[in-house]
Amino acid sequence: MSELSSSSQSSAKSLFDKLWERHVVVEETAEAPAVLYIDLHLIHEVTSPQAFSVLDARGLKVRRPDKTFGTLDHSTPTMPANAKGELPYATPEAKSQVETLIGNCKDHGVELLNMGDPRRGIVHVIGPELGLTQPGKTIVCGDSHTSTHGAFGALAFGIGTTEVGHVLATQCVLQRKPKSMRVVFDGALPEGVGAKDMALAMIAQIGADGGQGCAIEFAGEAVRALSMDGRMTLCNMSIEAGARFGMVAPDDTTYDWLKDRDYAPKGLAWNEALADWMELKTELGAHFDREVHVDATKIRPMITYGVSPDAAAPIDEMAPTPSTEAEHHAADYMKFEAGKPFSNVTVDRVFIGSCTNSRLSDLREAAIVMRGRKVKPGVITLIVPGSEAVKRAAEAEKLHEIFLAAGAEWREPGCSMCIAMNGDSGKPGELVVSTSNRNFIGRQGKGVRTVLASPATAAASAIEGHIADPRPYLFARESA
Amino acid sequence: MSFDPFQTLTSRTVVLHQENIDTDQIIPARFLTTTVKDGLGKSAFYDWRYDEDGRPKNSSVFNGVNPETHQILVAGSNFGCGSSREHAPWALADFGFRAVISSDIADIFKSNAQKNGLLPVEVDEETHKKLLASPGAEVSIDLENCEVTFGDGEKGSFPIEAFARRCLLDGVDPLGHLLNQVPDIEAYEAQ
Ligand code: SF4
Repeated sequence: MSELSSSSQSSAKSLFDKLWERHVVVEETAEAPAVLYIDLHLIHEVTSPQAFSVLDARGLKVRRPDKTFGTLDHSTPTMPANAKGELPYATPEAKSQVETLIGNCKDHGVELLNMGDPRRGIVHVIGPELGLTQPGKTIVCGDSHTSTHGAFGALAFGIGTTEVGHVLATQCVLQRKPKSMRVVFDGALPEGVGAKDMALAMIAQIGADGGQGCAIEFAGEAVRALSMDGRMTLCNMSIEAGARFGMVAPDDTTYDWLKDRDYAPKGLAWNEALADWMELKTELGAHFDREVHVDATKIRPMITYGVSPDAAAPIDEMAPTPSTEAEHHAADYMKFEAGKPFSNVTVDRVFIGSCTNSRLSDLREAAIVMRGRKVKPGVITLIVPGSEAVKRAAEAEKLHEIFLAAGAEWREPGCSMCIAMNGDSGKPGELVVSTSNRNFIGRQGKGVRTVLASPATAAASAIEGHIADPRPYLFARESA
Repeated sequence: MSFDPFQTLTSRTVVLHQENIDTDQIIPARFLTTTVKDGLGKSAFYDWRYDEDGRPKNSSVFNGVNPETHQILVAGSNFGCGSSREHAPWALADFGFRAVISSDIADIFKSNAQKNGLLPVEVDEETHKKLLASPGAEVSIDLENCEVTFGDGEKGSFPIEAFARRCLLDGVDPLGHLLNQVPDIEAYEAQ
């Protein structure tokens, strides 16, 4: 063989290149995308019913029920069952959607975390928690925040319902290799700043379509220093930057987190897996179509002030003066007074939850702020753990007692007010500080104004009744 | 699964100037508890079309639109960002739209639209500006030649992934293609 072809074959590969190559069943051509094999298909009640209908209509079966895993999260109530054991579904349709998934999983032999299962929770929380999510896997779900699982060095992405059907029937998707992008967070984060602030700072910098068509690898000192929970928060919001894929190369933080989880490899298989996972790194000199640097040392607690996640700014700044038509439209909806500090904005509700920020560390962060304090009277504060396991762990640490004593509500796990389709929602005109990922108009209920923030910022805002910088609360603890 | 093949379309446009129109605008989440895909057209852009009491808003460009004559939606950049809900293209197609034109259409929406006979057309900034500026204009789209014609015969071309184009022209879902790859899938699984 010629020098040229051997050298091009040995050229440095990125984590993404490696993940991609390992899963190509049929290479892409000018006429057709690659056939990509899927190692784990997560399903939930909202985006799967029509896919199962197509399967049933064509007389097809789920090809690999052993690689398919279901949970219930979007339409499920967060209030407990009544004395008769009936769950308070928002509508009969919500109940029927849940029952449809139960029926489909039964008919096709797919494991489902049903209501009452101690492992149930939001799809992007339970996958990692159970150890189903592992480095090197391809993971899909009919849900755009599937990028969350990329935190483990997996190739994880959201698909539509037609594609859910494709994966059910063939365990594969048709996909062209996307462009690659690296986002490097240089330096260390200042105290009192976390992964959510990093995500919002990045999106503010590159725009809501800044990662369009790209697979993002997050790298740099501040990313390496993040816990798995933090990495999940960051990868979760890749889609808010327009990118379908977000990932972090696995390291000891990843392995320590995964060891001994239910579905993680055990014994000898663990050692073999570990050796394999250690290969999953971007080699020096690997090509990226785009590279962006974010100065982590300059990030401050962030909030959004508009109706797109890139309308984000440091919390201690002033509301900007709108200039474009889109900004005027957003400003009319959000009703922030230009030139006034964000801390002038009165808060009606606070939501701490969602696949972005509902894990144990998020709840601990909120508890640090709320411990021994009271929520401002009138501010309805909902705290919704991401899974039954998170709920149990938080209760074991008595975090729920801190929240309840502060006057917040402690709910059953689910998506809840992140998408407001289970009956948990704000009222028209209300301002909600939310730890979720989307501030779109009406996302948390018709006419609701959403401000995205970290759990600490949300908790501080609940206490003060207006948008509030969490740092005094976080620093007070350290000096105490 | 199949839909009407898409070859050429000549129709008038409905124009939405906003950028970053997300899938929560296209169909609000409260309409997602359905288990079927039909009949979602009535929920398309629901909160843009109806007021608090469910009365049509006079200010909405959708009200008064004849879906028979206005089958092309022209929108600001980054159209369809947000969630992966295929309910968004289902709703637009059921409302009567057959094509969406923008300078930049979000990935998952684009892929979902293509699988439902709704043609996503990404045009250059200049063409985009002209289309945004002339609501109700007659536009012709030729998918075979990837061409948009408007105004006094002004033409623009648009890119589209080859396989998605084939499926749209034939009116088929790619599942058949994937099922044909089963021998290769089996070989991969046996590795
Ligand atoms: S918590 Fe929100 S973003 Fe996450 S899966 Fe649920 S609805 Fe989607």
